[in-house]
Amino acid sequence: MAGRQAVKVYLDLLSQPCRALLIFLKHNKIPHTVELIALRKGQQKTPEFTKLNPMQKVPVLDDNGFVLTESDAILKYLATTYNVPDHWYPKLPEKRARVDEYTAWHHVNTRMHASTVFLQEVIFPMMGQPTNPAKFEKALADLNGTLDMLENMFLKRQPFLCGDEISLADLLAVCELMQPLCSGRDILKDRPKLLSWRSRVQSALSDSFDEAHSVVYQIREKFTAKL
Amino acid sequence: MSLEIYLDLFSQPCRSVYIFAKKNDIQFDYKKISLFEGYQYSEEYGKINLLRKAPAIKDGDFYLAESVAIMLYLTEKFHTPDHWYPADLQKRARVNEYLSWQHSTIRPHGSKMMWFKLLIPKAFGTEIPKEKMDNAVEDLNSSLNLFEEKFLQDRPFIVGDQISLADLVAIVEIMQPVGAGMDVFENRPKLKAWKDRVRAEIGAELFDEAHQAIFYAQEAVKTMDPEKIEHFKPKILRYFLS
Repeated sequence: MAGRQAVKVYLDLLSQPCRALLIFLKHNKIPHTVELIALRKGQQKTPEFTKLNPMQKVPVLDDNGFVLTESDAILKYLATTYNVPDHWYPKLPEKRARVDEYTAWHHVNTRMHASTVFLQEVIFPMMGQPTNPAKFEKALADLNGTLDMLENMFLKRQPFLCGDEISLADLLAVCELMQPLCSGRDILKDRPKLLSWRSRVQSALSDSFDEAHSVVYQIREKFTAKL
Repeated sequence: MSLEIYLDLFSQPCRSVYIFAKKNDIQFDYKKISLFEGYQYSEEYGKINLLRKAPAIKDGDFYLAESVAIMLYLTEKFHTPDHWYPADLQKRARVNEYLSWQHSTIRPHGSKMMWFKLLIPKAFGTEIPKEKMDNAVEDLNSSLNLFEEKFLQDRPFIVGDQISLADLVAIVEIMQPVGAGMDVFENRPKLKAWKDRVRAEIGAELFDEAHQAIFYAQEAVKTMDPEKIEHFKPKILRYFLS
């Protein structure tokens, strides 16, 4: 869109939805500036940031005064405002509905369960909290249930979660499923179908994927060196 | 080609889809299902929705789950009035923002109250430990505070002057704890005023009709056959109390 000013995004790349947003911006060459918010330093709780977002969460988009939170809302806004390829968020209602179906289901399934495994294995010990083996087993079981559903339903007869081409759904999902890698745990390692899907998604995203995930790789190195 | 909608009105997202379809005079084949009886686990229902949740639709050969996705699809397909899901991309983004946020906040926190205050103690005969109950109430209150502070503010509806899908999805979730005997509107005059406005916009008759199962929940649980829901008990207790 000619003459459009750059958008500003507030991100912490340790946050899965922040990575999805940054990848989308870079991959689609959408002009943007980034302000880093370090969650580990509590920067989301400053009076300034709280004024911007009372939820004290990242990512946040500021499109020249229009402030928006929630990564799926932000991604859908960008996909429909900028001239990005249709496959990200198709215009055809039946195809769009598939992406809407996944992005809704994502919240308390992929996001919740992959996050919980990461929090329990990486963050809580870092904060000096003892691990609860029973809770961790349950978290892994819940995540396995989600992975089963991804394989057996979303990827049943198609290469990407919502069809033949990559969409916002794959972008959001892959960032969540990369998070447990921080501890060196590859939750997809015994699942060839999901491994192929992840490769496909990484291929489609090329450089922007690894750039965004560098913090994950760094944490993994530190974490596995300690063992 | 007929549109089939699979619903159990005890479920909040089923109510939003039901209200939306009825309010917009969308013709559909109402397929009433019982989640308590476990119909979602049947082989039959697996052909409709492998996610095994309600609501779900079958529109000719097109199957769709997730209430938010269903309603967005229906707005497009039936050209419903703009205010439900505005064409203006910034207003639309505001609706999407709420629809996204609520999944991990109001929805689970409101839902939990129905389980904790009514279903688990009365239908399963299991007491909820005080600490868990207090935490659950606090979670819901925090979400309601954020709802009022960020999503409502001084506006009549979430996205300005007219009702949208955001208000519809919000109201059905906020009504769930009400069915368990919890007055979420006590000491929240702003929330109550918004609720009254939303109910009036939807139409009091349709609103109340959709919420019958919730209004009678405390009565219904007294006559619920414990054997019929026994199959749920281990799963529910593990989910909420482990």
